[in-house]
Amino acid sequence: MRSYVIYVGKRVLQFALVVFVGISITFLITHLTPIDPVEHSVAQVSAFGFSSPESIELLRQSLRELYGVGDNLWEEYLIFWQRLAVLDFGPSLSAFPTPVSELIGRAIPWTIGLLTVSTILSWFIGNVIGGLAGYYNRNRILRIIGMIMMGLHPVPYYIIAFVLLIVFTFMLPILPSSGGYEMNMNPGWTLRFFGSVLLHSILPAFSLILVGVGSWFMGMRALVSNIVTDDYVTYASLAGVPERRLVTSYVMRNAFLPQITGLAMSIGAIFNGAVITEQVFGYPGIGRLLVEAVHAADYSLVLGITSIAIIAVSAAVFIIDIIYPLIDPRVQVSQ
Amino acid sequence: MIAVFRDLFRYNGEFAIGFMIMVIILGIAVASFFSPYEPIDSYLVALDAPPSTEYVFGTNSRGQDIFWQLTFAIRNTLAFGFIVALISRILSLAIGLVSGYVGGAVDRILMSINDTFIVIPLFPLLVLLYFVLRDDMTWFVLALVMAGLGWAYDARLIRSVMISLRTREFTNTSVFSGMSMPRIVTQEHLPYVLPIVFSTFMNNMNWSIGLEVTLAVLGFTDVDTPTIGGMIFWANQHSAMVSGIWWWYFFPTLFVTLTFIGLFLLSISMNEYIDPRSRLDRMGNS
Repeated sequence: MRSYVIYVGKRVLQFALVVFVGISITFLITHLTPIDPVEHSVAQVSAFGFSSPESIELLRQSLRELYGVGDNLWEEYLIFWQRLAVLDFGPSLSAFPTPVSELIGRAIPWTIGLLTVSTILSWFIGNVIGGLAGYYNRNRILRIIGMIMMGLHPVPYYIIAFVLLIVFTFMLPILPSSGGYEMNMNPGWTLRFFGSVLLHSILPAFSLILVGVGSWFMGMRALVSNIVTDDYVTYASLAGVPERRLVTSYVMRNAFLPQITGLAMSIGAIFNGAVITEQVFGYPGIGRLLVEAVHAADYSLVLGITSIAIIAVSAAVFIIDIIYPLIDPRVQVSQ
Repeated sequence: MIAVFRDLFRYNGEFAIGFMIMVIILGIAVASFFSPYEPIDSYLVALDAPPSTEYVFGTNSRGQDIFWQLTFAIRNTLAFGFIVALISRILSLAIGLVSGYVGGAVDRILMSINDTFIVIPLFPLLVLLYFVLRDDMTWFVLALVMAGLGWAYDARLIRSVMISLRTREFTNTSVFSGMSMPRIVTQEHLPYVLPIVFSTFMNNMNWSIGLEVTLAVLGFTDVDTPTIGGMIFWANQHSAMVSGIWWWYFFPTLFVTLTFIGLFLLSISMNEYIDPRSRLDRMGNS
């Protein structure tokens, strides 16, 4: 138990480091540029015909506070952290005066839901099929599946999502092309709403799974084909362990473990994919909100989403990290 | 070197296919130097002409010949990926080598930083960078930033290889026979590490091109420099799908996908080449 506490302590430190570095980079990007982002945003907003002087003043003040009211960079940096600690990013410019945190709060469940389901599914499908392909490496069907997955793997999210969109909504219109649920429907805990959400998530989730599954497949296949030649597997099979049990409890179980670490390492990349997927399918998550915020020159919203995304992604990695020793008992002893 | 190449070509189907795809792609990129048009000029040819003998890939709504646009786009996209991969390889090689060799506290510190960069989601940061810089965000700035953020995963890989090499028998032999450390690293260890660097080079190119296409499609890059993503961006801007100008999407998408598959095949064939077991397995089978 004590070793687990030490392990978690180390992970907490790593989590803090990620958030610290990520937020600091965010701060540096916004502060070490030659352009004054505040006046830039104010000018852009007033160019859109957003011209009540009081609201502009309010805007300028909150932006100044967020991005530079102090006398020096160091002071600005501390103020930035203070506002971040209470998740106060000021009012949104494009949806004035709704606070940025409220907009993000509305969008983030969509992203978390979509990402959790599609990540777990692609991880599971990829690993199971990859494990089987590694074990039965002469099986013709598994080889063909492997070739398809490897062909899909290098193609970027955008292309896959775009092709799916054209095929399933334009050429063969059976699925909704955009939105998180049917238009003119009141969100609520009803069966119809739930069904609509499910239907609208099929395409985005499917595109994420198609792209994601390949790397798990390849990783797992390579791991399993190494493990199969290990002495303990040969011994177990000579000792008459049934093949089914051999594949699941002897080979796959051991190969799953490094794949969990792999999952933690790729959460950031998966999030990148989700941004573009949401944009293509008009899914109301924070990826789409981010793109809209850039187009509307909504500085506080862009900064808020970036900060929240960094915290959320590192939190996800942290959660996987602290669950890991519960699945792999060896970590407790060695760490 | 030539013998290695010949063996790869003969015994490794992935390498042969990947190599041929990349030769075609590079050929198209080189063709850009013979283009009759300037890359950013528009309204030079008939609008929206479908593919024909005169315009092989058709023309777009901006009066550009898609074939010649594509040659520039592929050249820029490849150059972009190449620069990012080159700079980030230098970083990951340096950090991986130092971390693997020195070990101890240095290793722990470097790997904490390394893991931090693996975790941080890059896409929002790049979007933020574009948001702040806007028109100052040139192609080269983007390449530099992406190289500065994209080295971490491979540094970890190189480090683990270095650690295993350091504990191998022949390293001890070299040390005892009086070779200096820099000579051991460059002469004994680098041959093991270089194939990995090449393989990650291709992967990193794919990664950076993928991100660049994504950013460009959203319009978050310098869209006046023709790139593959930029072409799709302009097609979207002119709602090419609605007006049925499919060739404006089809050819950039086709060739960028081919590029990805080509680079990917080269990278996995390199991986197989590194692993002597699978190399012998292949040579024995054919």
